[in-house]
Amino acid sequence: MTGKETAAGRAVKFAFLGLWLVFTVFPLYWIIVTSLKAPGDIFAFPIAYWPETFSLENYSELFSKADFGTYLANSLIVATVAGATATAISMLSAYVLARFEFRTKSALLMAALVTQMIPAFIALGPLYLLMTDLRLVDNRLGLILVYVAVCIPFCTVMLRGFFENVPDALEEAAMIDGLSHFGALFRVLLPVMRPGIVAAFIFNFVNCWNELFLSVTLMNSDSNKTVPTALNGFISSFNIDWGSMSAAAVLTILPTMVLFAFASRHIVQGLTSGAVKG
Amino acid sequence: MPAASPTKQPHEPRTRRPFRTGGGGRPAHRGAPRRGRPVFTTRRGLTIAAFMAPAALFVAVFTYYPMIAGSQMAFRNWKLSDLTDKSFVGLQNFRDVFADPAWGTVLSNTAVWVVASIVPQLVIGFALALWLRRRFRFRGLYQALIFFPWAISGFLIGILFRWMFNSEFGVVNDLLQRAGIIDEPVTWLADPDTAMAAVIVANVWYGVTFFAIMILAALQSVPDELYEAAALDGAGKVRTLFQITIPYIRTTLALTVLLRIIWIFNFPDLIFGMTGGGPNNETHIVTTWMIQITQQGDYGRASAIGLLIVASLLVFAVFFLLATREKSEKKSAKKGERS
Repeated sequence: MTGKETAAGRAVKFAFLGLWLVFTVFPLYWIIVTSLKAPGDIFAFPIAYWPETFSLENYSELFSKADFGTYLANSLIVATVAGATATAISMLSAYVLARFEFRTKSALLMAALVTQMIPAFIALGPLYLLMTDLRLVDNRLGLILVYVAVCIPFCTVMLRGFFENVPDALEEAAMIDGLSHFGALFRVLLPVMRPGIVAAFIFNFVNCWNELFLSVTLMNSDSNKTVPTALNGFISSFNIDWGSMSAAAVLTILPTMVLFAFASRHIVQGLTSGAVKG
Repeated sequence: MPAASPTKQPHEPRTRRPFRTGGGGRPAHRGAPRRGRPVFTTRRGLTIAAFMAPAALFVAVFTYYPMIAGSQMAFRNWKLSDLTDKSFVGLQNFRDVFADPAWGTVLSNTAVWVVASIVPQLVIGFALALWLRRRFRFRGLYQALIFFPWAISGFLIGILFRWMFNSEFGVVNDLLQRAGIIDEPVTWLADPDTAMAAVIVANVWYGVTFFAIMILAALQSVPDELYEAAALDGAGKVRTLFQITIPYIRTTLALTVLLRIIWIFNFPDLIFGMTGGGPNNETHIVTTWMIQITQQGDYGRASAIGLLIVASLLVFAVFFLLATREKSEKKSAKKGERS
């Protein structure tokens, strides 16, 4: 707030901010520390907040006992292909929604909004049957197709917001020079919008990387599991092996955190302006 | 340029605008060639259709079709265990849902989950936003650090907190015992009285950032003159907060809360990872319950719950749209002022 800040006010403020920071960061710190303890030390008393000896045993076990490399590869393939495809498709629809006026426009935006309010897992059963008919159950391509559909609506709304920030004089000039809409989009707009597009891709990638219920429903065999599906298998077993579990959690979280750190500014922008606009 | 978005028409008079800020409802412009170039309307239509087609196809086949085709399952005996009998059973599935003794627990859990999560998220998020409004050293770094829970999936957050709330080796018990707040370890996730509190703590941890970011963005739209005027009038901080800040960002606040209610209601991931709905269904909410019944293979009953969820979400959606309408009018009025 404006107005003078008293010393006491500042103290309260920074005490609160500091406490919240500790509360926010601690769970991440804790899972990393747990994963780096020797397996026996995890269940030793008193609980060590800084392990005396660090060990990578939990990680090596994860790749030897469980087939974690396969899960990581599956997740990487599915999230990359689905994220990129959804971004490309959304670019076309977002371009039209940002630059054209037509009668069904608000209905289309409404249709996108509805998918955001009604979650994908509401139709798990029927989707499973549909994918069975298409022979795409337990198939990475099948999961990719479903993820593309899940990503498109929000990605379109987000990219539309970015398109609207680009002055249309750019394409006008390009189109006077004889380019089509498609040509204008690819040769002129894309280079300008690259940060926004990268942010949209990262957002899609992270969502697909993290998705659980659809992949649990559609992927049965061990060699096709994505990371969240595998983790779900870990916690379903009677005794959770917290050593491997914490290592797996760290390996799942780290890539998305790195990606988010790159794109956070654009994602915030997309959420605060694009999402509410609907 | 015909029918541009309001941002591109700064000199437009400040009249009440229709909800659709675009030109869809203005017949004079409909189908008019863009930028005075002689383009045939059909060609323009084809361009629009071609650009929209891939997105529409994907969403229609993999989102809308299962949703719509699935809704008739709610009125059939549709079980994976016995596919020979898919007969029409009327409202039997709904009766089964309501007759289940766990259903009452699930409903009250859902209410507790939504309300007890959103209130602390809003209050703490608001406080963070107010305190982050003024620049200080490392503010950018601070924002980046408290932003990070977003990168983690709800399911993994559930796992993280499941480990921290572990009754034997959990760090929460250890910290509370060291602080002298509890004497004996608490079996957080196995005890019906504490399990819900534990999942809500995790959810608050996750959701505060969203509120902080949305409210901070709204706060930055409050003109400084308002604060200066309030200070001249001798208004204290509390009065300024309640009589200037909150009224000014009221619509954003309402929208954010509404969006969040829908979102938390639809957020089974965290509970799924943390407790799986246990102990004894005490942390099941409507959406985790539906997923569990789907996994048991009773698609008929799961679809019935799905329809109930959609119906209640529609009620919220109406509120949401009413709030959006008010907001878009305000927004365009504000834009007019600035020019």
